[in-house]
Amino acid sequence: MKFMKLFRRLKGIGWGVHPADHKRPAADAPVRAMPVSARLYLPLQQHLGGPARPVVLVGQKVRKGELLAEAQGAVSAPVHAPTSGVVVAVTEVAAPHPSGLTLPAIILEADGLDEWTELRGCDAPFALSAAEIGRRVAAAGVVGLGGAAFPSAVKLVGAARARVAALVINGGECEPYLSCDDRLMRDSAPAIVDGIRLMLRATGAGRALVGIEDNKPEAIAAMRAAVAGIGAVRIHAVPARYPMGSEKQLIQVLTGIEVPADGRPADIGVIVHNVGTALAVRAAVREGKPLISRLLTVNGRCANRPGNIEVRIGTLAEEVIAFAGGLKGDGLGLARRVIGGPMMGVQIPHWRVPVVKGTSGILALDATEVDGIAGRETAPCIRCGSCVKACPMGLLPLEMSARIRNGAFAEAIPFGLKDCIACGCCAYVCPSHIPLVQYFAHAKGELAGQERDRLRAEATKKMARQRQERVEREAREKAEAAARRKAGRAAAAGKQGEPACFNPRPD
Amino acid sequence: MIAAILSLTLLGAVLGAVLGVANKFLHVESSALAGELIEMMPGSNCGQCGFPGCSGAAAAIADGTASPACCPAGGKTLAAQLAAKLGVAVDLSGLSGEGPKIATVAEELCIGCCRCGKVCPTDAILGAARQIHDVLREACTGCASCVEKCPTGALVMRPVPVTLQHWVMPKPLAA
Amino acid sequence: MKNKPLHPGAAVEIRSAPHVKAPRSVEQIMRNVVYSLLPICGFFVFQYGISAAFSIVAITASCLATERFFVKTGTQSGSLSDFSATITGILLALTLPPGFPLWMGAVAGFIAIALGKALFGGIGFNVFNPALVGRAFVQAAFPVAIATYTPSFLPGRFGEFIPSSLAWPLMVPADTVAWLHAKQLDALSGATPLAKWKFDGILASAGELLSSMSGHMAVGPSPVLIILCGVYLALRRFMDWRIPLAIVGSAGLTAWILFAIDPHSYPNPFFMLFSGGLILGAVYMATDMATSPVTPGGMWVYGALIGLLTVLIRYYSGLPEGVMYAILLGNAATPLIERITQPTPFGKSGLLSPKRRATYPLHPEYISREEANAVTPKKKSFKPGKKS
Repeated sequence: MKFMKLFRRLKGIGWGVHPADHKRPAADAPVRAMPVSARLYLPLQQHLGGPARPVVLVGQKVRKGELLAEAQGAVSAPVHAPTSGVVVAVTEVAAPHPSGLTLPAIILEADGLDEWTELRGCDAPFALSAAEIGRRVAAAGVVGLGGAAFPSAVKLVGAARARVAALVINGGECEPYLSCDDRLMRDSAPAIVDGIRLMLRATGAGRALVGIEDNKPEAIAAMRAAVAGIGAVRIHAVPARYPMGSEKQLIQVLTGIEVPADGRPADIGVIVHNVGTALAVRAAVREGKPLISRLLTVNGRCANRPGNIEVRIGTLAEEVIAFAGGLKGDGLGLARRVIGGPMMGVQIPHWRVPVVKGTSGILALDATEVDGIAGRETAPCIRCGSCVKACPMGLLPLEMSARIRNGAFAEAIPFGLKDCIACGCCAYVCPSHIPLVQYFAHAKGELAGQERDRLRAEATKKMARQRQERVEREAREKAEAAARRKAGRAAAAGKQGEPACFNPRPD
Repeated sequence: MIAAILSLTLLGAVLGAVLGVANKFLHVESSALAGELIEMMPGSNCGQCGFPGCSGAAAAIADGTASPACCPAGGKTLAAQLAAKLGVAVDLSGLSGEGPKIATVAEELCIGCCRCGKVCPTDAILGAARQIHDVLREACTGCASCVEKCPTGALVMRPVPVTLQHWVMPKPLAA
Repeated sequence: MKNKPLHPGAAVEIRSAPHVKAPRSVEQIMRNVVYSLLPICGFFVFQYGISAAFSIVAITASCLATERFFVKTGTQSGSLSDFSATITGILLALTLPPGFPLWMGAVAGFIAIALGKALFGGIGFNVFNPALVGRAFVQAAFPVAIATYTPSFLPGRFGEFIPSSLAWPLMVPADTVAWLHAKQLDALSGATPLAKWKFDGILASAGELLSSMSGHMAVGPSPVLIILCGVYLALRRFMDWRIPLAIVGSAGLTAWILFAIDPHSYPNPFFMLFSGGLILGAVYMATDMATSPVTPGGMWVYGALIGLLTVLIRYYSGLPEGVMYAILLGNAATPLIERITQPTPFGKSGLLSPKRRATYPLHPEYISREEANAVTPKKKSFKPGKKS
């Protein structure tokens, strides 16, 4: 038994990778608050689910925190004004997305006054009912700040309904380069713990487990100090291993339970929230403040002054970088612009995209960081099996990519394509430099497109059939009406003995 | 020598019999094939192929009397799928290469005559009389029947626009 | 911020995440394998002198030339700079007798790359270990030459070739036995310890086998040295430790069971493990990435199969050595092994179904060192909600 324990410790966790984290010095630099930009670009869909519906008019004056667009549908989140100013347009702006496509958005011109609208806070939030906390969180537009941007209120209410036993708070921040959660935990640990307790109240869960990677000793110490005397919240240092911050992996490490592949964490009585979300929940419930700004990390070897910056939602990445200190050599060595972390973030074609609620980082990477070894090219797979050992989901990435490269997308499914979480471990370790995740993303997109086409074909067939029936019915009705009229005319003619008068409009 | 000839003859006979039986039992019913092809067709029965509806075209394609590329609504994608299904090569050069197209209304030209809506096989065109019409993107099969009917040329076939929801990560360039 | 070089609309190739890469490449892995082989080659040359040195050089050169030809003609992928052909050449040389005629060695190198690798499409696509394909070919083509070993540590080995080395192509090699006789060394047999055991019933001692240092024995490089080099590769994660361990474990276990049943007709397991090419095969041949399974479970099965087959071939076939055929058979079984040992995806193991257990203990091992010393309740239990 002792030996097994030692063996497991030597072996470590069986999955994942351990990239150089590059978190310092950005994590150690104090947070800088960025002043409000002249114009803010607020996409209506900054979250998973249905886009918000604008409720303001062009030219309308709004104050900071005022509702701009309301939630629409069961899974959605509203958008609020990050500062006071005038709505200048409701139009399309570039999305923080690799395609460079646009997204409907509200453009707000700041008036420089930055005056709050009336806020409806609450001094005794623990007296509120769970449903009321959920309503306030929903009204504040709080979404998961870890990156997925799932509307938090939906998760809280769902968890209360599923009667979860435990709340897992994700302070893992396993993505290299990013340190905004670390910084939040160091700077506002008591507020985060307060937010966690509000979430416990909202979900009815008995305990909260906070998992923090052990490469953040300062954050662990600050959080430990903040939970002293609070029995329901426990801080656990978890091994620093990517992707520790992935929901299912963190649950497994903290509780030893595997979330079923086709299930959600709520199925085993757990829900996961990010530490940043806890802070946003606290602001929403205690102060009534909507989510209008967030902390994000500017990092990468091309950034002049890496650090964490408090940014209003809707600020352009370009302005954030300029505020942070600009790029080295005006961006000459820049190899890749990334929104989010380097392992799962998205590459963007240019910097003129707005910061949204889920933006956890803006990275300016140079060629040596992107390639690991400079000037590497994709080589054939040597079947070394590194990807298999790194995969946290227990899949066979090499088999999937080989099939996808040949265009056989469906054949990749038995090897786990649908279970792939796109964490990037396989492509990170691949010595042949094969862009495995891109193959998977391509195949997933193509398969989704095929499925959409199939559904669409079914729908059009149904529509065609319905139209056919309608046309036939109309023809029948017309014929019947004509027959009736004819019969009527015949009867009239028989009675009167003369033809019916000319009817210019027979219908 | 004689034994060798006999054994080879016997082997040939047995294998021939097996092949004959296999041909009988594993024969692909052409009507079943046509049924599968119908499933793949757009199903709007627009009639642009010259056959009576999609089932007619599917039967003709299954018989080999029509080319898999005969469906204008399905475009290159469908032609490639049909050809793959049938295991035949097909010349795709005559088809619009950019994938499926849908009809769009040029708003400055539309006079609201309602003629297009009457021929649309899937009722994908909306609009009252003397109001500007619009095409429902998800319902349009791209059969282009409406384009001929439009008196002002307001209906134009355009490639299906790519949106964030439809965007697919490109396949990596290098092998 | 001036965005001259990065204005919107500039053509950018879009790649998906991850945007950082581990500093590791195929070339680096292969180069380290070559480094780890160098001490073994040095020892081989020290044992057998100038003939061994020329054998290694000639065979490696032949492999590289063949690889270059097929890469140039576009028949196979890869490039010379990935060092894989170098590894094939060195390993092939180490498995052949030091006095193997150089031209036959060159043929073996050509076959190894041409039939073992280029035919399948190059690096990563080969089904069988190329070095062993080359060796299997020359074993069939030149059965006498491949069985002619000379004793190690012969006097004057650095100044004089073993005469068979310099045989003309397609000519009968010089008679090594006569040469040894002329050197008044006929008391020493040129047979390997395995052949001695198989045909004469003589067992070599443990110390001699392990170190390969005692003279006048026809043995390959020292198993101890190979294991040390293998440990270096495994520690630096250039090689998976499971396969060698599984081979040695399975071969040792099989040999031990047989030895326990009848100690008189079977040699002790120690002799089985450290004689012949078992250790070299286990550490360097069977672990060839392209031809071994990628699944952790598959590696154990594959290793166990090779170990078992090696012992069975040695005991029950007409050949004294079975490592080569065991590995080739293992290579052939690799796709099948991979299919049956596909890992269970996360959250799909039926045992962990939440319905089976009402409470879940916290895994103490999963908590980091620091946390393990902290006062934490030993057990945590969750009651799943009604829904689950």
